[in-house]
Order: sequence, then C-alpha cells, then structure tokens
Amino acid sequence: MLSRVAESIFWMCRYIERAENIARVVNVNWHLALDDNSSEPQWLPLISITADEALFAEKYDSATQANVIEFLAFDRDYPNSIYCCLKAARENARTVREIIPTDLWEQVNTFYQQVDAISKAPDRLVSPRLFFELVIKESNEFIGRTLTTMTHDDGWFFCRAGRMLERADKTSRILDVKYFYLLPTADDVGSQVDNIQWSALLRSASALQAYRQTYGQILPVNVCHLLLLSNAFPRSVRYCVESLQFAIARIAGSYTGEYTYDCERYCNQLHSQLACAKADEVVLAGVHEFVDSLQIKLNRIGGAISDGFFSGKPLERRTHRTSMQGQEG
Amino acid sequence: MLSELYQTEGFFDEMMETAGKPRVGMQRIVEQLSAIDRVELYRRQREAETALHELGITFTLKSEDGDTERIFPFDLIPRIIPGKEWDWIEKGLKQRIAALNLFIQDVYHDGKIFKDKVVRESLVKSSVCYRKECEGLKVPGGIWNHVSGTDLVRDKDGQMYVLEDNMRCPSGVSYVLENRDLMKRTLPDLFRIGRVRPVEEYPAKLRQMLDFAAPPGCESPVVVVLTPGIYNSAYYEHSFLAQNMGVELVEGRDLVVHEGFVKMRTTRGLRRVDVIYRRLDDDFLDPEVFRPDSCLGVPGIMEVYKNGRVTLANAPGTGVADDKVIYSYVPDIIRYYLAEEPIIPNVPTYLCEKADDLKYVLEHLDELVVKPANASGGMGIVVGPHATKDQLAAVREAILADPREYIAQPTLSLSRVPTLCDDGFEGRHVDLRPYALHGDGVYVLPGALTRVALKKGSLIVNSSQGGGSKDTWVLAE
Repeated sequence: MLSRVAESIFWMCRYIERAENIARVVNVNWHLALDDNSSEPQWLPLISITADEALFAEKYDSATQANVIEFLAFDRDYPNSIYCCLKAARENARTVREIIPTDLWEQVNTFYQQVDAISKAPDRLVSPRLFFELVIKESNEFIGRTLTTMTHDDGWFFCRAGRMLERADKTSRILDVKYFYLLPTADDVGSQVDNIQWSALLRSASALQAYRQTYGQILPVNVCHLLLLSNAFPRSVRYCVESLQFAIARIAGSYTGEYTYDCERYCNQLHSQLACAKADEVVLAGVHEFVDSLQIKLNRIGGAISDGFFSGKPLERRTHRTSMQGQEG
Repeated sequence: MLSELYQTEGFFDEMMETAGKPRVGMQRIVEQLSAIDRVELYRRQREAETALHELGITFTLKSEDGDTERIFPFDLIPRIIPGKEWDWIEKGLKQRIAALNLFIQDVYHDGKIFKDKVVRESLVKSSVCYRKECEGLKVPGGIWNHVSGTDLVRDKDGQMYVLEDNMRCPSGVSYVLENRDLMKRTLPDLFRIGRVRPVEEYPAKLRQMLDFAAPPGCESPVVVVLTPGIYNSAYYEHSFLAQNMGVELVEGRDLVVHEGFVKMRTTRGLRRVDVIYRRLDDDFLDPEVFRPDSCLGVPGIMEVYKNGRVTLANAPGTGVADDKVIYSYVPDIIRYYLAEEPIIPNVPTYLCEKADDLKYVLEHLDELVVKPANASGGMGIVVGPHATKDQLAAVREAILADPREYIAQPTLSLSRVPTLCDDGFEGRHVDLRPYALHGDGVYVLPGALTRVALKKGSLIVNSSQGGGSKDTWVLAE
C-alpha cells in the first residue's frame, strides 16, 4: 500500500473519531445545562478537554455556552472543530477514493455536506442537539461501513489504528478534565459524589450504561477502572491500545508481543503497563499524572507510526500550533 | 412536446430533421421521450443532479474568490449518433491517430517531413510544446500518442469536422462512463429501446493498452496513474480511472528514482513501477529536465525514461501535435505518411504567421473565431460575432505581438441537440469528443463526451465556462 494512502486512511478515521468525541462531550453538557441546577453548568472544561484554551481565547472573550459550542462545533478557523474535522476527513477520503469502497466515500462525502450546511445555518445554535446526534449517528455509520465493506487488509488496519489511537486519547482527556473539576481534593476520593455530574462524565464516553451494569453505585475508582483499564469496554484506553497493538502487528506482520517497528515496541510497552495496572493505585498516585504520562506515550506511538509507515524515512516532528496531534503538510 | 413545439431554428439538429420530424432511426426514441410527463422529467433531472453531488463527481473551478467544487451539469436528453456514421468517425480517427504518431516519431528523429518540405522545420520547433529533450528518444513500440481525445464539431450543413487534436492529457472520459450510469439510473426505459453500444469496457481497454506499452521484457507490469493531486480540476477522473483499472493512483511525492528505476513509496518499502499513465503536463514531469520549480513531478524520471526502464503515456513531447498551427497541416501529414486522403476534414484554418492569412484575419476579426495555438480549456478564444469592440481590439494587439501563436477559423454554426431548459426543450449547441487508445492497434471507444453550451446561443462548451454534458449514444445500427 502506498505510504500516502495509508496515511490518508489513518487520518480520515482519526478525524471522524475526533468529531464524534467532541459531539458527544458537548451534547452531554448541553443536556446538563437544561436541568435546573444549583450551579451553572461549566463550559470551560470542554475547552480544556481539547487543551486548546489559547486558541479559544484568541477569538472569544468568555466561555459561554454559545461561544463554546460555536468554537468546538462550527468554527471554520479552529482546526479541531467538528466542521474542520469533517472537512479534513473528507479531503483525506478524496485522496484515497479509488482505494476505499465507493459506499464509504459517498457516506463521508454526504456526512461532510450535511455538517457544512448546518454549520452555515443562522439558527445552528438554537437546538444543537440534532446536530450532535447527527454527527454521532453518521460516525457510527462510517465505522459500520468500514467494518463491513473494506477488505480487512492493511488499509483496514490503518483505519482501525487511527480510530483507536484517537479514541484512547479522547477517553483519557475526558476523564482527566472532568476528574479535575469534580474532585478538587484527594480527600473526596471514595466519598459519595455528585451523581449528576459523574453520570455526565460517563455519558460523555458512552459509558454510563456499561458502568451501571458492571459496578452499580458511582465511585471514582471504578470510573477510572472502566475508562482506563477495562479490557471489555470499547472506549476504555486499555481496550483501544490493545486493538491498536493488534492492528499495528498485522500491518507489520509481527507475531503478538514481538516487534519490527518502534511503534510496535511503544505500543506493546503501553499495553503491558495498562494490563498490569490497578485502579486504586492509579487513583492514589494521581489520575492526572497517570493520564499525562499516558498522553505522552500515545503521542509517541502516533509519531512512530508516521515514521515507520508514512514517511519512507525518519522525519522530524514539527510542533503543532494546536495541542492535539494533527496531520502534517 | 418535443415533436410539436420544438423548433430547429435553421440549425442542424442532431435529433430532429425539422420541427416534428425526427431523424431516421430516432423515431421511437423521440416518441418515448415525448411521452414522459414534463413534471416527471424535471424530477428525474433533479434526481440526476443530486446523485452527482452525492457521488462527489465534481471538478474544481478556480477563481479569484478561491476554488469551488462544482458538478459538471448533466442534461438528461441524450445525443444520438447512428451506427453507420459512427463507423465513419471511427475509421477517420484511426487514420488521424496513426498518421500523427508517425509525424511525432519523425519530427524527433529523422525529420523526413521537413526534408520533403511538407511541414516547415522551424514551425514545428517553434511550438511551445516541442521538447528538444525528446530528440532521438526511443519510445516502446514506437508509440507516442497512447491516449487521445479528438474534438469534433458539426456545421449547419451536417458536415463533421475535426476541430482540435488533444494528446497531452485529454480529460472527460470518466464523464462518458458516469453519464451512461446516470442515464441508466434515471431513464432506463428510454435507454433500453435505443440499442446503444456499451462504453463500460474503457477502463479494461486502457489497462490492456498500458500493459502493452510496458518496457520490453516486462512480464506483468506495475501500472500507475500519476495525478497532480486533489486540487487538480480533473482529480475525480484520475481516481476513477485508477480505481476502475485496479491500479495505484500516485502523486509525484509517492514516486522516487532509486537504483535506476522509478519506484513508489509503500508501507513495505519501495516498489518498482513500469508504466505511468501520467495526467501531468510535460513541464511538470521532471524538475531536473523541465520546469525546475515543479514540485508535482519526480526528479530524475526522464533519465529512467530515456534508458527505457519506464514507460510514460503519453510520451513527453507528444503535445507538439496539439499545436493548432500544426493542426492545419494534419491533412497533409495524413497524405504524406499514409498516402491516403483524410477521412474527416479539418475546419479551414488561417495561420496568422502567414502574411496573407494575417491580413485576411485582421480584416475579418468580427466574423472569425480566433484561438491561441497552444491553450486548452477554451482559454483565450475570441468568437468574433459575439465579441465586444474592446475584445476585438485586444485580440488584434495580441495577434500582432505574436502571430505564430494565433490561428483563426470561420465561426461554425455548431449543431444542436434538444436540451431540457427552464421552459421545456430548447436547442443547444454541442461538440463531440471521442476517445481513442493507441496500443496494439488503435481502439476507439464507441461513445463520446458530448459537451453542451447550456447558455442560450452560446458556442462555448467548456465546463469552466457554463458548459454541461450529455450521454452520447452510439446506436448499434
């Protein structure tokens, strides 16, 4: 497979996964804002999840609901807005449209056209729920089509690698930020918590139902277990890293646990760490610190995938203007 | 409604001989078409346009406000060519393409045609598409013009003419196939009664021709399509052809010259490439040989090509035959190399580099069509009868500044085809671009791109200037 093609497939999937995650997080917060709460729902944490506070501050003076939704969903200048993610996903799809199934291209194309139309509509902020639901639904449609129409060879594994790397990153950020806002002091760990807010956190990762079925009462330590270490929940970081590890091994042609490329080595290391970690130890040592180091490792894997498969030669990583990994060139 | 109200207005109409009287062999089609309810017809027209958007069949229109992606408008009403007339066109194209290939081979080698004083050497060598770097080049099988798209037009007396030869990177064949697909989707009943020759085997034929063009000794050649990238206006077509041939679509940055061969960068390392169907102009192919500022090409590729280790289709330098000044000599070229009379005539052409012609052209600017000798996409064309005084003054100046680069032709009254307009059927002017492949013999696709000037009265069919297209039916008989 051409390196450029592999890279485009990888990023096409990454951008769509990114859009879906943003849609879910914002949608949950929007629902929360409808409830009669003692305190105003906070919108700033959503910007923190993207770690693009600086870009937000350049253009908007305060983190109001309208500003945050505009920024994260529709902003044509912010490279990680849902609109820009879809635009980038479609551009990538266009460059490989002869490789990917025609059905898949058509879906990405119409997905983008819908997002484009809504993001231009004057009433886009009146009821954004429908928009977010559309993005989530179309993203799932996209995933379904990759699963059922792509040949499960290299292209498919690059697709899966891109999606899983992005999802691991987003799940860990959602946990990190919400955890920080919900539990300002270590003393609160283990005590009864604000059910509404914690439910919202879990819903942001589509994890509330899974949580209820496995653990019942909400305890932060169990939330950390589900989102970071579960080997069965499809949005947990460990699950994603395991899938990533499998995809890269298939691309590289390595046996499980062995490696040819650096990205395999880093991925195997991270997977072992997650497989052997205990949730209460993670909480004791600090969730934020854990996620921080996780992020660094995920970024390193992303860089090594690029070096190993996309460049043909080792390349220097440029610093990105936005904090999220983005596509080069 | 087609048979009663539709007027041919003194033009040659491809479907109707006169008002209410369809041409021979088209009666049933016209009857069936007229039987479709008008509202229903507009609904199907919209359906076809929606399908184009959803399929992402678009081209990029460059403008000062930035590039926009547009669909190439599709008109439901087909353009129909009787089988017998097509057979004549096919014969004429085969003749022309064979002769032009011999001409290109000759001008880069012995130059017999210069010595025999049929075409002036200085005229050929002054063409902007002449490539000195190609002199003495041995091309596999002696084939230069692998793919051509020849523009034909019909004048009001019904005579078909060759208007232009396109052997650089003729585009549009993907629309031939997509239009056919749209036609089958939207008007299946009409299509069925037409008994139309199929066009679907073009990609397979293209692949077969490219395999044939491989460097000698190459058992199962690796073929690729080289595109300038997604911002090129014909990108959709490049990806369409790659997909339907089952080959890789590559950009310049995917290719590298390594150990004397052209190779592509893959996730498993470098892989050798044997045949490149390039949709990139000569100028951009190799920054080491042609334009040094090109970042679309592959440094060193010409060297590999000269060593016979990769095939480029079409061969660099082929564009010399597209020059509209050379065009005027094609009838002589056919007679010279094949000792045959040309089958399809040329449009009479005045060469501004000849003193007599120049004088005539300047005196009749308001009647003639003036064209730059080496532009494409309808750029720079001035249609005298439709031009303003300022436009005529500007073209006069341009001609005088560089007579070699201008030709002029009488303003043809292009034939028309009924077209679905806001107020029902109206006649619109069309041209015809058939596609031919030169490999083991010349293959002419039994179908063509019919471009239609959608603006009332307009003679300019280019997609960048308000043109659309129609499905082109070559009938079995």
